[in-house]
Amino acid sequence: MINERNLPILATLLVFILLYGFGVYEYKGFRDTLVFSNLLTDNAFLIITAIGMTFVILSGGIDLSVGSMIAFIGVLMAYLISNTGMHPLFAIGIALVVGVAFGAAMGVIIAFFEIQAFIVTLAGMFLFRGLAYLINLDAVPIDHPFISGLYDIYLPLPGRGGLTFIAMAMLVLLAIGILIARRTRFGMSVYALGGDSHSAALLGVPVKKTIIKIYALSGFYSAMSGVIFAIYTGSAYPLAAVGVELDAIAAVVIGGTLLTGGVGYVFGTFLGGMIQGIIQTLITFDGSLNSWWTKLAVGGLLLFFILLQKGIVVWVKKRSAS
Amino acid sequence: MKKHNFLHKHQKTLAPLLSLVLIILVTASVTPGFLSIQMVDGHLFGSLLDILHRATPTALVALGMAVVIGTRGIDLSVGAVIAISGAVTAVLTVNTDWPVWLVIVCALGVGMLCGLWNGILVSVFSIQPIVATLILMVAGRGIAQMITEGQIVTFHSEVLDAIGNGYFLAFPIRVWIAIGMIVLTLVVMRKTALGLFIEAVGANVRASRLMGIEARLLVLSAYVFSGFCAALSGIILAADIRGADANNAGLWLELDAILAVVLAGASLAGGRIYLLLTIVGVLIIQTLTTAILTSGLPAQYNLVVKATIILAVLLIQSPKTRQWISGFFTKKQNAGKDSVGKNSVGKNSTDKGSAKV
Repeated sequence: MINERNLPILATLLVFILLYGFGVYEYKGFRDTLVFSNLLTDNAFLIITAIGMTFVILSGGIDLSVGSMIAFIGVLMAYLISNTGMHPLFAIGIALVVGVAFGAAMGVIIAFFEIQAFIVTLAGMFLFRGLAYLINLDAVPIDHPFISGLYDIYLPLPGRGGLTFIAMAMLVLLAIGILIARRTRFGMSVYALGGDSHSAALLGVPVKKTIIKIYALSGFYSAMSGVIFAIYTGSAYPLAAVGVELDAIAAVVIGGTLLTGGVGYVFGTFLGGMIQGIIQTLITFDGSLNSWWTKLAVGGLLLFFILLQKGIVVWVKKRSAS
Repeated sequence: MKKHNFLHKHQKTLAPLLSLVLIILVTASVTPGFLSIQMVDGHLFGSLLDILHRATPTALVALGMAVVIGTRGIDLSVGAVIAISGAVTAVLTVNTDWPVWLVIVCALGVGMLCGLWNGILVSVFSIQPIVATLILMVAGRGIAQMITEGQIVTFHSEVLDAIGNGYFLAFPIRVWIAIGMIVLTLVVMRKTALGLFIEAVGANVRASRLMGIEARLLVLSAYVFSGFCAALSGIILAADIRGADANNAGLWLELDAILAVVLAGASLAGGRIYLLLTIVGVLIIQTLTTAILTSGLPAQYNLVVKATIILAVLLIQSPKTRQWISGFFTKKQNAGKDSVGKNSVGKNSTDKGSAKV
């Protein structure tokens, strides 16, 4: 018997397979591994951001600052590398520390001042975007042999496709995310917090500490996404990744995580991000459809998954009542 | 003594008002001529009027947002609704011979339909408001692009020009429209039982149902009202630039509107809204923006200053901060006796923090 908790993620998997199958059936080129590996590379920064967002949403919170964080981290990296002559590895290290610190700071405000996450991360969104503007107003290239070296790392797969460094980094971060969620005490605390923060506290979950860690983790993942985005585009731009927070939330929801918190899987988020990528790819392959169909399709999928989750919740309640 | 009581009673009301006055005074001291208002060709000109002019679209959206937040909801889709209604206005003006009033009615109707969609998801399917309105937020701009077929549609219409940039009795017409909407909303919310009902629903759905309030219908109409306000804002914004831009019209306006409602002291947890203070909140945000631009500070400081001030206001308004401050003072009085001083204060606040866990 299938556990009803797993139904949303199974539905996500089914939608993913159906969309991919449709692509393979309809377009000859879709069968090549190149399409799949491009999906991994092109959506890496979105999926990485969404992994961090999964923890936030699992705990019943939300993080609207992730898109701005990506832009800020990219611009910061570019500044450190080209203006101070710092080695990219150090620049990446500093950028990650800054991302975690800012995430943790938002977590402190949410946990200790008891201001809603929505409004705190909204202010964070303005702040990071503003900081990105302060460092640099224009798009700047990140020219460094180390960065282009990372970009060129390539692990060929059968067919024409292959794993880029970006794709591999995403998969590693995905594995780490899954391990944190399923195998650590912190992961358990996140689920407990999202289920019911009151009983979580009674069960001995350190609520405030966990909240700070969650937003620090989200800061880490979106900063990592900023690094990957900088490597992917080879440049930094203060207007980069506008609206990514919404795509990330959509990926999490399509991935089967309940927006009320407590239920969901990091792997589902990966599928959710890939589904958005496939829709984009299918529209590109079709050629006659405009890009706004992506928005409509993602909106429709959101609606479908939300209603599905709602239906499951109602069904489970009815069954447990009888 | 009486004065002290007054201050205490109106603490919440005074904070946003004082913030606004303070921001205006600080800006006036930095920027000469900030407060001056001139009469040119029967129109009033000046930075303060410019603030009113620019604040109008946000104020309209914030009005609808305040009502929705009063029902313990949130409407993320207003930016998308602005884009949709702007697109409808532009396309109908360009492609049909319809009279302007009919075009406007259609654009407002489409906005109300969007609100109805949100309202049905929230009240009939009981989906969380943030999720329910997220759908239209994501898909709405796609719909707007579909209406304009991906183009920026420009149009010309004298009536719409007047709505966007015209003057009436020395004031911009759009400001009059906003004032009209604000007064109307205030009368309906404060002089009829509707406002009370909405706040009751926001405070406690179950209790209000027991009182016989038709909660579903109320929540539904709150979202329809928000859709109407957003559509009106969309028409004004399209009329302002004489065109509809599906990608950028009303971008981030939902966030400014939500901030304004929160700055006004309303809780996102519902139950209490302050309509006039919300307008004050909008004016705070717009004054900040204009002040930064006119003070000669580079425009890129805009977001950082805005975010910092908003964070500061939020932190000051947080009940926790007040608790800590009052804890600080009572502790200080005691500390004077046993001369422990600041150390015990720090300890006290952390104790309180963990005590709640």
